[in-house]
Amino acid sequence: MAILVTNETKLCVSGITGREGTFHTLNNKNYGTDVVSGVTPGKGGQDVEGIPVFNTFHDAVAETGANTAMIFVPPRFAADSILEAEDAGISLIVAITEGIPAHDELRVYNHLARNPDVRLVGPNCPGILSPGKANVGIIPAAFFSEGNVGVVSRSGTLTYQIGNELAQAGFGNSTIVGIGGDPVPGSSFVDILAEFEADPETELIVMAGEIGGSAEEEAAEFIAANVSKPVVAYIAGFTAPPGKTMGHAGAIVSGTAGTAKAKAEALEANGVRVGRTPTEVAEIAAEIAGALRTA
Amino acid sequence: MDLLEYQGKQLFARHGVPVPSGAPATTVEEAVAAADEIGYPCVVKAQVQIGGRGKAGGIKVAKDRAEAEEHAKAILGMDIKGHTVHEVWIEAASDIAAEYYASIVFDRSAKRPLVMLSTQGGMDIEEVAERDPTAIARLHVDPLLGFQDFHARRLAFEAGVDADVVRPIGALLNKLYDAFVGEEAMLVEVNPLIVTTDRKVAALDAKVTLDDNSLFRHPDNASLRNVAAEDPQEQMARERDLTFVKLDGNVGILGNGAGLVMSTLDVVAQAGGQPANFLDAGGGSRAEAITQAVEVILSNENVTAVLFNIFGGITRCDEVARGLIEAFNQINPQVPFVVRLDGTNDVEGRQLLADANLPNVHTESTMLGAAKKVVELAG
Repeated sequence: MAILVTNETKLCVSGITGREGTFHTLNNKNYGTDVVSGVTPGKGGQDVEGIPVFNTFHDAVAETGANTAMIFVPPRFAADSILEAEDAGISLIVAITEGIPAHDELRVYNHLARNPDVRLVGPNCPGILSPGKANVGIIPAAFFSEGNVGVVSRSGTLTYQIGNELAQAGFGNSTIVGIGGDPVPGSSFVDILAEFEADPETELIVMAGEIGGSAEEEAAEFIAANVSKPVVAYIAGFTAPPGKTMGHAGAIVSGTAGTAKAKAEALEANGVRVGRTPTEVAEIAAEIAGALRTA
Repeated sequence: MDLLEYQGKQLFARHGVPVPSGAPATTVEEAVAAADEIGYPCVVKAQVQIGGRGKAGGIKVAKDRAEAEEHAKAILGMDIKGHTVHEVWIEAASDIAAEYYASIVFDRSAKRPLVMLSTQGGMDIEEVAERDPTAIARLHVDPLLGFQDFHARRLAFEAGVDADVVRPIGALLNKLYDAFVGEEAMLVEVNPLIVTTDRKVAALDAKVTLDDNSLFRHPDNASLRNVAAEDPQEQMARERDLTFVKLDGNVGILGNGAGLVMSTLDVVAQAGGQPANFLDAGGGSRAEAITQAVEVILSNENVTAVLFNIFGGITRCDEVARGLIEAFNQINPQVPFVVRLDGTNDVEGRQLLADANLPNVHTESTMLGAAKKVVELAG
């Protein structure tokens, strides 16, 4: 089954004619994703290796029936592109761009929240990969195969590290969702956990969090009340000093709020096992999977 | 990006938030000239990014020129909790009748700005919150609606401000919100927000944190960066567009991706080591970026060993290897390196390193193994 990105995905890429945009769009297409169009204002009528480019999302959706958008434009244009995609009727928007101003994200989030038919994932995220079905974003698909473990993470390369450890332990993935490292992500852990809980293909869930904000704490409470499938977590940033942004705009301990320790404790208090290293996450997952099989 | 008090006040003033008049000074002469201009009594205030200035003797009232000179001499160059005072702000003294508190916070959990108001200003607001949470009036503002007059009234009446200042406080909050949104702040805090004896309101202090990601469209704000107070290594990193945070230890760290780097710091610490820095070389790192990163890490004399933890997705391990080899050509490091290359083109990358036969460079295949090795070598 997988979640969000599936065989039904029809992808339109905003920023398709840029260097990074073209590179990753073609990677996604070569993987088997149905890339139907791209949007670059002023380049309507052109094509990128056969993928038609339009001036607006409105035109792209009308002509090609795109239902998913990947946003690959620079920060100063990204919020506007997200809003444009939503306005054109896109139902899943995956925003890869890093560096979008927080107030833009705040306005975008609040506007999108009023539309029950749209979901935003990201910004500042590597995208969504459903192995064997489709890839939207920059996750290196070659490392992953189809399976029953859902992964949701705020990080990019840490996700690949954890994913690689899981793969080496024999696991495959239903879907890997990067929710991104920004302070106002379009989708939270809670949103994606709900999707995994409802997905028949997913039997075990791995979540990778980090310092800053309270998304992991909120997830912990949600899991206790609503998630029947086993969840294993990892939290990065035990060594981070307060007040310093550690790479991701959202990765900052403010005063005493948002520490890795508090997040790990909240998760453990709600029945979620927390691996102390990426390797331990795979070990716990293996333990749980073994228990599931003999149950 | 954190602003100094006077920068915050100048930002407030641009949006019509009432602030006492003042002028900055970096020398005693400038301070005295400013004090003469502003008139007496005036206040000499240390400009540092840390609280507790008053207790440390960094805020002093001057009733005449002699005192202004004396205070400026004492405060400039003073150390306040590890921060050196490079600048002072000379401000007209205010006749304070009451000290309130107001702030606007970018509440990422609620995904709305949170506005707070209390009549218990001039003290630690966290203590107030603990002692009596009802003393702080709070409400969230829908960013698509903006701050309305009714928000102001709700806060003012709930906080219990003096009846005659309900409107002026409301007007101040309105302008504070304008500043918060217009300048793209993550936090604006006014403590104390004063009511003067002639029943006017003003921001007597200003704590402003701006969103770093917004600075590209606020060049005036971008130029306010407090370079004098910045660690030279962090400055070096920033000039090279590297995401870098200085830490206290002796194990230099480089990785690709913020989450992976944070994780690397944790794993090194668990192995008994002390990270010297966080450095995210970013996705798709090219050889030149790697060389510059090594330069920054080694500019810290405390570093006795360096760990490269690379899991390449978009980043290609052979590019990282080339960068490291080039770094060794240019810099000739004297400390051991542990390199873990995994992911895209990892075989090519490890081969390049093996062929280059760099002195004191150890390769490890796992993240855990690499962390243990570097801790062993760092001593």
